[in-house]
Amino acid sequence: MGIVKVRKNYHQARWDEPMIFEMSTPGVRGIIPPAPGKEIADKVGDVAAGLPEGVKRKSPPALPEVDQKHVLSHYLHLSQETLGSNVHPDLSQGTCTMKYNPRINEDLTLDPRFAYSHPWQDDETIQGILHMYWTFEQILKEVSGLDRFTLQPGGGAHGAFTAASIIRAYHRERGELEQRNEVITTMFSHPCDAASPATAGFKIVTLMPKEDGYPDLDALKAVVGPQTAAIFITNPEDTGIYNPNVDKFVDVVHDAGGVCYNDQANGNVLMGIARTRDAGFDLCHFNVHKTFGTPHGGSGPGTGAMGCRDEFARFLPYPTVEKDEKTGKYYLDYDRPDSIGKIKGFLGSAGVIFRAYAWAVMMGPDGLRETAEMSALNNNYFLELLKEVPDLYWPYAEGHRRLEEARCSWERLTEKTGVGTDDILRRVGDFGLQHYWSSHHPWVVPEPMTLEPCETFSVEDLEEYAQVLQIVAREAYDDPETVKNAPHKCAAHKRAAEEELDDPAKWATTWKAYKRKILKD
Amino acid sequence: MAEPEVFPYIPNSVPEIRQRMLDKIGIESVEDIYKEIPDHLRLKSRLNTPGPISSEYDLKRHCEELLEDGGNGADCKKYIGFLGGGIWNHYVPSVVTTIMERDEFLSSYVGEAFADHGKWQAQFEYASCMAELLEMDMVNTPTYDWGMASATSIRMASRITGRDAALYAGSISPDRLSCMKNYAWSAVPEFIEVGFDAETGLIDLDDLKAKLSDEIAVFYFEQPAFLGMVETQCAEIVEAVHAAGALVAVGVDPSSLGVIEAPGVWGADIACGDVQGLGIPMQCGGGAGGFVATQDEEKFTAEFPSLLFGVTPTIVEGEYGYGEVFFERTSYASREKAKDFLGTMAQLHGIGAGVYLSLMGPQGMVELGEGIMQRAAYLVGELGKLKGVKAPKYSAPVFKEFVVDFSGTGKKVADINKALLKKKIFGGKDLSEMCPDLGQSALYCVTEVHTKSDLDALVTALKEIL
Repeated sequence: MGIVKVRKNYHQARWDEPMIFEMSTPGVRGIIPPAPGKEIADKVGDVAAGLPEGVKRKSPPALPEVDQKHVLSHYLHLSQETLGSNVHPDLSQGTCTMKYNPRINEDLTLDPRFAYSHPWQDDETIQGILHMYWTFEQILKEVSGLDRFTLQPGGGAHGAFTAASIIRAYHRERGELEQRNEVITTMFSHPCDAASPATAGFKIVTLMPKEDGYPDLDALKAVVGPQTAAIFITNPEDTGIYNPNVDKFVDVVHDAGGVCYNDQANGNVLMGIARTRDAGFDLCHFNVHKTFGTPHGGSGPGTGAMGCRDEFARFLPYPTVEKDEKTGKYYLDYDRPDSIGKIKGFLGSAGVIFRAYAWAVMMGPDGLRETAEMSALNNNYFLELLKEVPDLYWPYAEGHRRLEEARCSWERLTEKTGVGTDDILRRVGDFGLQHYWSSHHPWVVPEPMTLEPCETFSVEDLEEYAQVLQIVAREAYDDPETVKNAPHKCAAHKRAAEEELDDPAKWATTWKAYKRKILKD
Repeated sequence: MAEPEVFPYIPNSVPEIRQRMLDKIGIESVEDIYKEIPDHLRLKSRLNTPGPISSEYDLKRHCEELLEDGGNGADCKKYIGFLGGGIWNHYVPSVVTTIMERDEFLSSYVGEAFADHGKWQAQFEYASCMAELLEMDMVNTPTYDWGMASATSIRMASRITGRDAALYAGSISPDRLSCMKNYAWSAVPEFIEVGFDAETGLIDLDDLKAKLSDEIAVFYFEQPAFLGMVETQCAEIVEAVHAAGALVAVGVDPSSLGVIEAPGVWGADIACGDVQGLGIPMQCGGGAGGFVATQDEEKFTAEFPSLLFGVTPTIVEGEYGYGEVFFERTSYASREKAKDFLGTMAQLHGIGAGVYLSLMGPQGMVELGEGIMQRAAYLVGELGKLKGVKAPKYSAPVFKEFVVDFSGTGKKVADINKALLKKKIFGGKDLSEMCPDLGQSALYCVTEVHTKSDLDALVTALKEIL
């Protein structure tokens, strides 16, 4: 076993970096665009000057004027003031599946044959890309058991919105849309399972968990009816608890004439283990940027690949990627009269699909299963280590194991020390770790902490993280102010005026607004 | 039985480590964890998926061979391309690629503003650069793409005005219109088209005025239009729409904003568009990222569904800190009571666009726009000389895209494009199915990557084909 190093002497890069606008000097340039050449210029003259009054821009945009080296070093500094899953053990981001993002997949997507391809090129010239789309769809069909997928949605919430749009079309066609206007979800499902169907026009009914933390089947039975359009649920839920009655939930909704949607944001632990179709679901999505090894990019681009049974497939966004079995050629099918239309331009996040394809074929079927198994093992090993952390516990489902993650609570520690989870998550940063994910709102679990040590973390990573939590928990007793005022060794410090972020007179989301409102420039 | 495989991306896949973990957990096998799943819900068979291609070298060869496709694979570097329509072949500066490929940015998530301070600043600077380009104070963290940004603008306008119908110009992208209609349906069930002049391509102001009413939340048009026309009546449009108590939402091409007036100056209420043209590779359409911008007024800010990163003081004097502005708006805070939904969108492309704009500076954006317009004007002039070809179809000014009408040649665009393909040229987008009213027309796009010889090659090829 390698060394377990708790990085007590860690210090993040802190460049005290100015704004790029503050680095600006009039006349300095960072790059020169290619000129059209003398022949063209002589022939057509200054075309822009001929634009009518009011159309021609009067004054150039007040962008920074910085030379190339200083633009580069500025952004290198900013990158050094950022952590990522390739940089450190980012098991902190529960529900996000922050795994290793292989470098080879970056090399592949920088290949000009991909990077400079246009989605409207003749299909004959992008057969390789279409092959990846088609094959990755087959992989998702196999992993889920469903019949068709669209790879166009740009993230998980978008996948859920696409599903809600399809469910809307389905009920509309049956003449039941006005009647079926409710979508049911559970409190421990991702907020998008409420917000996305709400955006599509559905009323939302949220089921609270039972006292033991499991979703409440009786509560579901009490709210389903002829008004039920669908249920949108995650399993395992964001607590890491698997709902063993999930097929009964599906049956209850189906019996009421509703549609069942499985948000598989937490599906990393289920590949090759259990399939969404076998639990009876009609539709689902995978967060490709979580489960299939593609980088999160700071929050995108991602893909929420959305799958369905055959009876919903004609509603999928156009175009679909099809294979002509006779010629073996792939083509884009735009002729889909029942389609909900476009939900994203062109083919979606093709770079994400390329990376995911490469990841999935590199892993192969046994690798997908190993991914799932090791995410379960890592999580349960990690929870063994967390048993040593003072006052930490994970409520609910006593005697049952969590699958890929666990929602823990610092409530007991907070009661004794006054140190809360928002303090601890900042203090963790002083040891070279990303702040951890507490929970979406509302906090049903008090003082929450959600960690997801997926398959790419080593035993040493898990030990290191657990030891840091032990140290911080002890500090909460011995030196609470250090925790409350953390971080001390990160790229920046604790915010001093949280309330100003909600104050229209003080907030500033751009330099332009900052200069006007704060600097009074 | 084969030896268990060790996976390079899974450190604990070594059998001895796995066993030690099982021992520590106190279980015999991973099945003791999976017994949480009832047996009848378990998959009993091995997955049937391709692979493994365990060697990185083999994987690289495999993917490269797919792209190469025996020589049939092509891209807009290998061929001369005139495709645009929302994904554009602009130059990607090396510094932008370097920054976007930094593992710190690439493999991060939303993070917090102390340990991911640099990413928050990069996002803030991106929004700030866009604000200068657009002359608007408030710019969101990027959404998926222009289609989503325009759809978001429609929903925001509906909430701000309390109205539930939208007008749109007939010259906008049909795909974006489709996206808007689906996304906005629950708030804006009715979309009404406003015509454009068949000769000039400019918006029909009389038609606009006739269709404005106290039920209309917003008029959405594009500047330049999807079909390429640069609108010359923006001030009149704003006046008419505002007089009816509605808002003006406009989709703009940021690469045009060095030469074309900023929407914040002529009075648009909401501006939106795509950042892909700002240094993000096309990636078969995957380079998209949508922006939505308004002035910094609470009634607008309150209706953004996206994260908004604000600069704010920290406990250390003089240090820039960052935080989420008005977080309660978002579905992360308020679930279904939020303004629409929020999720993983396109932040990395925002960072790339911020780096691009910082490199380009004001002079770069002006020169970029001027040079593109000169190339487009040159190509329009040369194409117009071809018998039976009308270029551009509309007489309004052109920025980088324009409709070429081949109807007079008696040939179909599909056939022309097949013939161009043989000459290693991607002709303009065939509009005959997307916009059937335009006959045998194609949407051509010219950018700064085109040299005179590229443009001449197209003209020569068309002479031969037509």
